Amino acid sequence: MIVAVARKELRALFGSPLAWSVLAVLQALLAYIFLGQLDAYLSLQPRLTQIANPPGVTEMVAAPLFSAAALVLLMAVPLLSMRLIAGERRDRTLVFLLSAPLTLTEIVAGKFLGLLLFLAAVATLPLLMALSLYAGGTLDLGLILANFLGLLLLAAAFAALGLFLSSLTASPTVAGIASLGAFLGLWVINMAVSDPDSALNTLSLLKHFESFNRGLIDTADIAYFLLFTALFLAFTVRRLDNERLGG
Amino acid sequence: MPTPTLSAHNLVRAYGPHTAVDHVSFELHRGEVLGFLGPNGAGKSTTMQMLTGNLAPTAGSIRICGVDLLEHPTTAKAHLGYLPETPPLYRDLTVDEFLALAARLHRVAKGEIAAAVARAKERCGLKKAGKKLIASLSKGYRQRVGIAQAIVHNPQVVILDEPTVGLDPLQIREIRSLIRELGGEHSVILSTHILPEVESTCDRVQIINDGKLVFQDTLSSLQQRMGSSSLEEVFVQLVVNEEAAP
Repeated sequence: MIVAVARKELRALFGSPLAWSVLAVLQALLAYIFLGQLDAYLSLQPRLTQIANPPGVTEMVAAPLFSAAALVLLMAVPLLSMRLIAGERRDRTLVFLLSAPLTLTEIVAGKFLGLLLFLAAVATLPLLMALSLYAGGTLDLGLILANFLGLLLLAAAFAALGLFLSSLTASPTVAGIASLGAFLGLWVINMAVSDPDSALNTLSLLKHFESFNRGLIDTADIAYFLLFTALFLAFTVRRLDNERLGG
Repeated sequence: MPTPTLSAHNLVRAYGPHTAVDHVSFELHRGEVLGFLGPNGAGKSTTMQMLTGNLAPTAGSIRICGVDLLEHPTTAKAHLGYLPETPPLYRDLTVDEFLALAARLHRVAKGEIAAAVARAKERCGLKKAGKKLIASLSKGYRQRVGIAQAIVHNPQVVILDEPTVGLDPLQIREIRSLIRELGGEHSVILSTHILPEVESTCDRVQIINDGKLVFQDTLSSLQQRMGSSSLEEVFVQLVVNEEAAP
């Protein structure tokens, strides 16, 4: 049943120009960034050979590409997540799902899964670009995969929070703006923090993504993203259930 | 008497101090079409939302085909088909895709989905519209798709909230005969403001006013009891009397 709901969401995404335009715009942006990084690397390459332990092409091209992709996701997810529940509420189609023999958990999980699968497709774009560097040399595959995993976990966290904010309102635009604000807020929350042990560092999405970006797969970061995702999915279910109880 | 397909017992729904539905009880049997009448804001839609699991009752119980809706919502909902006041249609899907989705979500077995969709389309006069996008359909056709999604899984109980609003006279006739036909094997609850519609399609009538059921009878005994007086007179009498009283 979760799969049936997820399929419906994917069908709605790919049936509309929205998904394709998001993919096309992101690909164009990421390709430009990729090209820029590659260009910078090539112009620096002669000088790099003189350093004792020079950074490789993966570090200089792929890692910045993935951190750009993370920022791009931050902008794109609100556009995709805002309609998930708020849009259905506005179009009065939510009742279709609520009257079907589905639990709220199945509905929420299905919607989340549908969005996550789409975001996984988005995350594959920088992955494929990075892997294309194999054409010109060897790569640090571990670093690339760590980045890819980080991007997927980040996408899951964004999707869950976006889904929750979408469940709070009947206006997709409001849900979208709220999501963008929340994502940016969680991205820069530790900006002014000087104390490295501050709790704000723990909350910052960027901080956790940075470890993956450096090639460090830390269970604490994985746990953070998974808990974050699970928490907001649970909130979404609670929110929909309250609506049924409270009207 | 066989088990009722739907039974509501002492349903109450309160919004803060305001009681929208006040101790409503009724039963529906197989093959019956029940007309559910009442002025605007009397609690009709609230009752229907509770019957379909969209809204939790403050008190009372609902059983669908003997399954408690509140304790086993998914099992109970599988026996239900619901057309809300605004048909819930995904505009980006084609009629076929949407009906297949409805069948899948209502647990129609994978191999039977195509047949179920074809049957629902045939019954609702949508045979030629299968490949069309819902966004491009006229209001009458959308209403038909709304009914088709409510019956695609062949539910025991079909709940239709004002199914003929905005249709032209010919379409209304078709929909009414469809409702009669549905009444043959399913149980139907039909909410409407159009009294002749009730007279032409329903076996039984109940009138809700100010959250309370004020009238419950079969149409035939109504005609016997009231002699010449029509359903309209009964309705006006009950509703106006209530409103005149303090």
